[in-house]
Amino acid sequence: MDYFFTEEQKMIQELARQIAEEKVVPVRAELDEKEEFPHEIMKVLAQSDMFGIFIPEEYGGLGMGALELCIAVEELSRACLGVSTSYAANALGTYPILLFGTEEQKKKYLPDIASGKRLVAFALTEANAGSDAAGIQTTAKKDGDYYILNGTKQWITNGGEAEIYTVIAMTDPSRGARGASAFIVEKGTPGFSFGKKEKKMGIRASVTRELIFDNCKVPKENILGREGMGFIVAMKTLDQSRVGVGAQGVGVAQGALDEAIRFARQRVQFGKPVISFQAVQHMLADMATLTEAARSLVYSVARYVDSGAKDISKPSAMAKVFATDVAMKVTTDAVQVMGGSGYMREYPVEKMMRDAKILQIYEGTNQIQRNVIGQELIKEAARKG
Amino acid sequence: MRIKVDIELCTGCETCIDSCPYDAIEMKDDKAFINEYCQLCRNCLNACPEGAIKEVEGEEPVVAEDLSIYKGVWVFAEQREGRVSDVALELLGVGKQLSEQRGTELSAVLFGADSSEAERLIHWGADRVYHCEDRIFDRFNDDPYVDLLTVLIKRYKPEIVLAGATPIGRSFIPRVAARLKTGLTADCTSLKIDPETGNLLQIRPAFGGNIMATILCPNTRPQMATVRPRVMKKGVFDESRTGEIIKIDAENLRCRTTVIDTVKEESETTCNLQEADIIVSGGRGIGGPDGFKMLEELAKLLDGAVGASRAAVDEGWISYAHQVGQTGKTVCPKIYIACGISGAVQHLVGMQSSDVIIAINKNEDAPIFSVANYAVVGDVKEIVPMLIKKLKEVKGL
Amino acid sequence: MKIVVCIKQVPDTAEVRINPETNTLVRDGVPSIINPYDLHALEAGLQIKELTGGTVTALTMGPPQAEDALREAIAMGVDDAVLLTDRAFAGSDTWATAYTLSRAVKKIGFDIILCGKQAIDGDTAQVGPEMAEFLDIPHIAYVKAIDEISTERIRVKRMMEEGYDIVESPIPVLLTVVKEINEPRLPSLKGKMRAKKAEIKKLGFDALETDEHLVGLKGSPTQVKDIFAPEMKKDRKVLKGSPEEIVEQLIGVLKEMKCL
Repeated sequence: MDYFFTEEQKMIQELARQIAEEKVVPVRAELDEKEEFPHEIMKVLAQSDMFGIFIPEEYGGLGMGALELCIAVEELSRACLGVSTSYAANALGTYPILLFGTEEQKKKYLPDIASGKRLVAFALTEANAGSDAAGIQTTAKKDGDYYILNGTKQWITNGGEAEIYTVIAMTDPSRGARGASAFIVEKGTPGFSFGKKEKKMGIRASVTRELIFDNCKVPKENILGREGMGFIVAMKTLDQSRVGVGAQGVGVAQGALDEAIRFARQRVQFGKPVISFQAVQHMLADMATLTEAARSLVYSVARYVDSGAKDISKPSAMAKVFATDVAMKVTTDAVQVMGGSGYMREYPVEKMMRDAKILQIYEGTNQIQRNVIGQELIKEAARKG
Repeated sequence: MRIKVDIELCTGCETCIDSCPYDAIEMKDDKAFINEYCQLCRNCLNACPEGAIKEVEGEEPVVAEDLSIYKGVWVFAEQREGRVSDVALELLGVGKQLSEQRGTELSAVLFGADSSEAERLIHWGADRVYHCEDRIFDRFNDDPYVDLLTVLIKRYKPEIVLAGATPIGRSFIPRVAARLKTGLTADCTSLKIDPETGNLLQIRPAFGGNIMATILCPNTRPQMATVRPRVMKKGVFDESRTGEIIKIDAENLRCRTTVIDTVKEESETTCNLQEADIIVSGGRGIGGPDGFKMLEELAKLLDGAVGASRAAVDEGWISYAHQVGQTGKTVCPKIYIACGISGAVQHLVGMQSSDVIIAINKNEDAPIFSVANYAVVGDVKEIVPMLIKKLKEVKGL
Repeated sequence: MKIVVCIKQVPDTAEVRINPETNTLVRDGVPSIINPYDLHALEAGLQIKELTGGTVTALTMGPPQAEDALREAIAMGVDDAVLLTDRAFAGSDTWATAYTLSRAVKKIGFDIILCGKQAIDGDTAQVGPEMAEFLDIPHIAYVKAIDEISTERIRVKRMMEEGYDIVESPIPVLLTVVKEINEPRLPSLKGKMRAKKAEIKKLGFDALETDEHLVGLKGSPTQVKDIFAPEMKKDRKVLKGSPEEIVEQLIGVLKEMKCL
């Protein structure tokens, strides 16, 4: 279907697809098997300007928005969600600087991020603070020209590989969510170290680590926004990035659908290719319809985000929840269409199914997304009276 | 000569447009029009159902000199480390046929090596050898090779010059042709004399081997062609043959490049594919690197080597050194066993001169079967392990 | 350092077929690509520039559509691009192509000329060395690595049949490169955007200041007489039966061939 992309958007799609097909597909199984961070692919993405898509031109980027980022994320996700997670998590970590950074902070960090020289990670989650962001226990105490950070962040994508971290910590624990602040912390800051690398079910080409802050001295000019704005920084960031998770869902669903169709055409049972059986056709038809519906929603929401609209929480949540549920269903059905072969690691769909699961969990579980949508529905109804 | 559309006959059906490999036919006022990108391949002549596309004579290049003063067939006999390469002996084989058809002599040109090698060329069919023993030819630099061969061709005026399409031949022969302002046809798979005109018909694959083309060099001499190793069969060895060896002095030879060192590399670039009597070759149908382990076992039992199709190499299942075909190696073993290779023409041109071809493929319509002597429609993963087992029994292992 | 990379737009030959009945090429929907070896030449050119400074110019000869190939080269990072196109160049064989390119390169100016080892449509590998001859500069074919480079000299590894030679040449020089030399970069988004707007310089016959008997058909010593589909073997035997029986027959064939 034609989504009426501009020339530039088509360029991004074409180049991201080329990278996915030429650089990602040949190594994805190995990266998954060895749980290896895709250093080479990150270099290619950097050299192709992919990290600069959503960064303004004055900071060395291409000055584009959520839709363009979604296009790139979708194409990479079609090949490997582990790779696209590493790429998308960089954007997630960058949004706080983009949305709340001072001119100095932007000048200092964004050019290196746009060129792909320095990778970024976003650090919110802790052992006792996942969906409940108010439960953050990492603290930041002001001490002269510094904030002293103490605590441990958990399950941080790009942890250890990133050079720049945007970290949410409590400057005033007594105020709960209103006592949180956001900081830029550079790798190598004294008192900042990394814990174990997690062993995951899927997206194994992405790296997930603990961040450990032990009297970590962060210069006070590294705060993003003001003290107490941390929770808002986190929520606005997630609102902005959530549609990108939807794009990951669309990508992996399309990837699985492609594999299932290819397989069904060549697999012969009862003397004919299995794709000639209606039972298989119907499954493929549903998979394709769901994927296209998810894509339409993701693109529409991305365009809405790019319009500068303020009320993006609900549509972003809808795009995320729908597209990622679709991803789980379509990848699972792709395994089913391919039967025993689908279950084998020789084919890529079992990996896609393992990978897809995380989409329903990270950046706000799909249950939390439904909460957000529900809350918004109540508010809207109340406004109408 | 030019290709023209007869506007009166053209019905504007556009059939010819797709027949042109160069996008040189376009529609103008509902009639076909041949634009400036026409390469004169004549492809469109057959395509027009109305016969509206015609060759128009005229504009033939002026023949500047009397071509009949050029006589004889020459083979450039490449030597490496003082030993004449096999491709030279193969060229003497085909060169002999050409010289007999033209009623002329067959000569070899040898730069470097010693006189015993010049003798050997005579035993393999040369009537005469032009031999320059200068040490400048010990290592390969283009300049002296180009200079001396050009001088000799100008002096002795052969009608046909053949050379091996090796890294050496392919590097310096084009410069010789450029300097002599004559035609050169690369990688010929067949060379014949046109009985009517006496011209050399140079047949070679193009478009990755998907088509074959006959090339002529009608108006200049010599007619030059290169041939890949192992494409032609060697001539007959006769130790009693005698011939003339003409010693050539190396004078005024330039040499702008310097070979600092020569390094031999094992395996990666030189698996013994082209020397093997039996090649067991795998394609996409063998499923992965493990499939090649299986083929290696089979090859070992047969004292053979392992080959591969481009598809398998592109998948990264085996290194490029094993690739057989247009962009890989040309082979002609006694037996070529193609396992799970569908048989793209690019592959076929690299192995179809094998003495016996056994093809195993699931798909009975696979093009590989069109060149096979023995066709097995079946699953490689089933047949090969069984064959391995049986071979072990036969060999008492 | 002035670096000129000669590229060619070619049909993706994996998809070109001949219709055996009509003896015509079937090329419906066959995409045009930059000759794969030329991508390695472009990458080598860009890498040399990164080392020595200077400019990289992509040069091609072909129909107006060949401009697409040049734009791709710009997207990869070359500084400018020149398209040689003229009716007078029609029907060029390798001799005339090399001659025409050499005239253009003279106009552009050069220190190093890079070519892919051959083009996948013709597979002749002749144009590079012939160009060097017309320019009266040395060339090194089948270069698989560039070891050292200065403004005066270059040292490379040249692939040979049983390994490689380390060869040195003065500059100016022409190199033809093989795939092993590097991994070509992909285009960048900024490059793609620049490529869209970039001006492609066009050179025709008049600009080359040469004789019409040296270009196009008149300058081509060779002619294509005809084209046809490759011949296939006819005398084949289909081995039938259970896998066990087939294997028995195969063993028979191997014994017959005295391979056992």
